Amino acid sequence: MRTIVFEIPGWPGHRAGQHVDVRLTAEDGYRAERAYSIASAPGEPVAITVERLDDGEVSPYLTDEVRAGDELELRGPIGGYFVWGAEDGGPLLLVAGGSGVVPLRAILRERRRAGSDVEARLLYSSRSLEDVIYRDELDEPADGVQVVHTLTRTQPAGWTGPARRVDAELLAEVAWPVEKDPLAFVCGPTSFVETVAGGLVELGYEPTRVKTERFGATGGR
Amino acid sequence: MEALDGNAIGGLLQDVFGVEMTAATGVCAHCGATGPVAEMVVYVRAPGTVVRCRTCASVLMVFVDVRATVCVDLRGLARLDAVSAPQRA
Repeated sequence: MRTIVFEIPGWPGHRAGQHVDVRLTAEDGYRAERAYSIASAPGEPVAITVERLDDGEVSPYLTDEVRAGDELELRGPIGGYFVWGAEDGGPLLLVAGGSGVVPLRAILRERRRAGSDVEARLLYSSRSLEDVIYRDELDEPADGVQVVHTLTRTQPAGWTGPARRVDAELLAEVAWPVEKDPLAFVCGPTSFVETVAGGLVELGYEPTRVKTERFGATGGR
Repeated sequence: MEALDGNAIGGLLQDVFGVEMTAATGVCAHCGATGPVAEMVVYVRAPGTVVRCRTCASVLMVFVDVRATVCVDLRGLARLDAVSAPQRA
């Protein structure tokens, strides 16, 4: 896992939740392109957090090869649906599976940066504590933000939090009651997103207020 | 192969249409289901990208990249309504 910060001349600014496409071109002209969510809030330098996939075409280069001062081809900012600004309000329910936490971290940073006081809860599913991204930052959430970790594969000794995949029961425990008219953002692998989004609608969440973003095992996000 | 969603092709759509399209609303020509492009089912496999309806699985859009030309097939869509307001930075 590696976070890369870019200096981008002429960057028009971005919104929390947007992504960039990173394009690599080999010497023979072969091109590979992957989408990565922007991990930083608007106003901060653009950063992406890359999970290394051993058989990936793009991520090993980004995690192992790229050095400070290298130039990369980027396209963005991209996306106008899976985005949040303070004017969108809340309360916010953010549900992340693995590296799906990246755009949700940008939303939490934007909430803080904009001085928003909407209540926010992050339910974050990881395999183990070691797999938690932005752990230090999430251990000290801003006022009005609650972070709930569930560790699906291994748990440290004395772990008292949830220790299973996100299911209907866990959602019912953590999600804001429907009466608060919550706004949900769900990001993770496709199967995770289907389970969570379906579960929230079962709870009575308004489907148009459950925004989803799916990524596959082919890398990105 | 695993299905993604319309967020994944935001860059491609921006190249084709010239504006942000993931928040645009599409109407399936087959079943009439209406929803944002971001929620459509997307299969990305070079050189082609296939977009399907989340309700009835009909093909809505196909993009094929052939020798620097993007061929776009939108026959599966009854409508595609993009937001014309300028994007905030």
